[in-house]
Amino acid sequence: MNPILNEATTPALSNNTAKVTERYVHIEDVGMQFVTKKGTFEALKNINLSITQGEFVSIIGHSGCGKSTVLNLIAGLLQPTTGNLFCAGREIAAPGPERAVVFQNHSLLPWLSCYENVYLAVERVFGSESKVQQEARAYAALELVGLSHAVEKRPNEISGGMKQRVGIARALAMEPKVLLLDEPFGALDALTRAGLQDELMRIMQKSGATAVMVTHDVDEAVLLSDKIVMMTNGPSAGIGEILEVDLPYPRKRLELAENVQYNHLRSEVLKFLYERHAKKVA
Amino acid sequence: MSAISINKEHLKLILEDAKTSSESIVKETVLAANEDNTHMQMIVEKAAEKTQKSAKSQPSAMQIKITDFFKAVIPPVFGILMFLGIWTLLSHQQPILPGPISTWHSAVELFSHPFHQNSLDDQGIGWNILSSLQRVAFGFGLAALVGIPLGFMIGRYEFMSSMTAPVISILRPVSPLAWLPLGLLVMGAAGPAAIWVIFISSIWPMVINTAVGVSKVPQDYMNVAKVLNLSEWKIITKISFPYVLPYMMTGVRLSIGIAWLVIVAAEMLNGGAGIGFWLWDEYNASNYEHIIIAIFVVGIIGLLLELGLSMLAKRFAYE
Repeated sequence: MNPILNEATTPALSNNTAKVTERYVHIEDVGMQFVTKKGTFEALKNINLSITQGEFVSIIGHSGCGKSTVLNLIAGLLQPTTGNLFCAGREIAAPGPERAVVFQNHSLLPWLSCYENVYLAVERVFGSESKVQQEARAYAALELVGLSHAVEKRPNEISGGMKQRVGIARALAMEPKVLLLDEPFGALDALTRAGLQDELMRIMQKSGATAVMVTHDVDEAVLLSDKIVMMTNGPSAGIGEILEVDLPYPRKRLELAENVQYNHLRSEVLKFLYERHAKKVA
Repeated sequence: MSAISINKEHLKLILEDAKTSSESIVKETVLAANEDNTHMQMIVEKAAEKTQKSAKSQPSAMQIKITDFFKAVIPPVFGILMFLGIWTLLSHQQPILPGPISTWHSAVELFSHPFHQNSLDDQGIGWNILSSLQRVAFGFGLAALVGIPLGFMIGRYEFMSSMTAPVISILRPVSPLAWLPLGLLVMGAAGPAAIWVIFISSIWPMVINTAVGVSKVPQDYMNVAKVLNLSEWKIITKISFPYVLPYMMTGVRLSIGIAWLVIVAAEMLNGGAGIGFWLWDEYNASNYEHIIIAIFVVGIIGLLLELGLSMLAKRFAYE
């Protein structure tokens, strides 16, 4: 393994050939203000970020720094006060199935079975296909996350980890250009979380989709990402630093634990969060 | 070593007593006995405890069942007896008030031919109940047909909510019977007027409960709808409607309750047929036992409607 981290060794990207793939998700001078009863609250200021196609980007920061707001802006669930967001060269004006979201609390509809929850997404995106094809897609997505045995179960009949798997299956079934994950494993216990992280890594390797994940877990960020976006504290939060993670794939949790580069990256993120941008305890 | 042999004897005794369920446990302890003496003793004690428990548990479970049964049955029986006692006492004080026994005899006679029909004014109680139920079904059905979609729109669109709020706030507290003259005036007939009164007084709980349910659909679900880009129809059928169903059923239950409350009063004023009319008619005919029977009939039917809808609501609950 690479014993020494050298920032300069990041491979130079050919910038002429494919501008769009390089700036697949592009955030330009974005600012976000919320109007509250106490007046305007500036959540984000001067956000600039470019995400290359196929990249896995994590956004990390203390709670309340507006990292979920960034994700919601990319999803199109929020509109920025200033600036613009683009996805695949098009301006993001509204939510759309090409940017699928995995929600923190899974947000499955409790009156539908796992299969029906996934099918709802398939139906919308691939409505022009035959019913057989659509059904096959829904089953394939559930199989991908290892839930073939629980397709007919309702969300309240399965565990938290399984619910989150269905949430991921629902997002993947739409074959999105960008997968947006909002603290996807935040509500799970450590063991389940580790299992799902490995699974997600495998799935992302397979599909090659672009992904943006909001997290507050340093290990999760280093393990899964190609790039870690570290945010400063709000109000008026911005991007503090961007850390490139050039650990080779496939990444193995156990091997990485003793990897010098991994531990260096990990401590970089920790230093950012707890030294330079430590949050005062409320 | 002697300790082991004693314990082994002890074990044998237990083995003989043990039921099939605890046999495997004891067998395990026999194996353990050869390995560790002190540990074994503990296990033996536990196994003994278990066999004792399983021997005791059956009669005690029976006992629990019996006490549970009495706990459930005695208080209501006591309540009913007390009610009958007070009723009897009152009827002794006021001889014009029929007592439980004379009412019972009268009821037996009345219900022996519930569907006789001599003239329009002299019908069996069954016919009267049916015509009341029919009226309620019409009025309530119309109210549901209008009220539930209206509630959906009020809950879904803020404009609708602000628009209808003042009108609903003013009309909702009006006493049901205040609407009767208006109904008679416009419809010109007693039958439709009664249905109108039921309609207008039972519509509000359905409108309001449905609207509250729709406005409470969690933002998470609406975000799912937005991300999946669902059509308005899909949002209603797959998200709003299933979420609102329990709220709606509460509204329906309250509405049926009100409709049944109102029907008696409306029929008393209107005449024709129906349990309310019958009650008034029997009062005029000085059949005082029948008044009390009518009250019980109204109460029991109201209870049955409520129970039926509760059961229906349970079927629609998703959690």
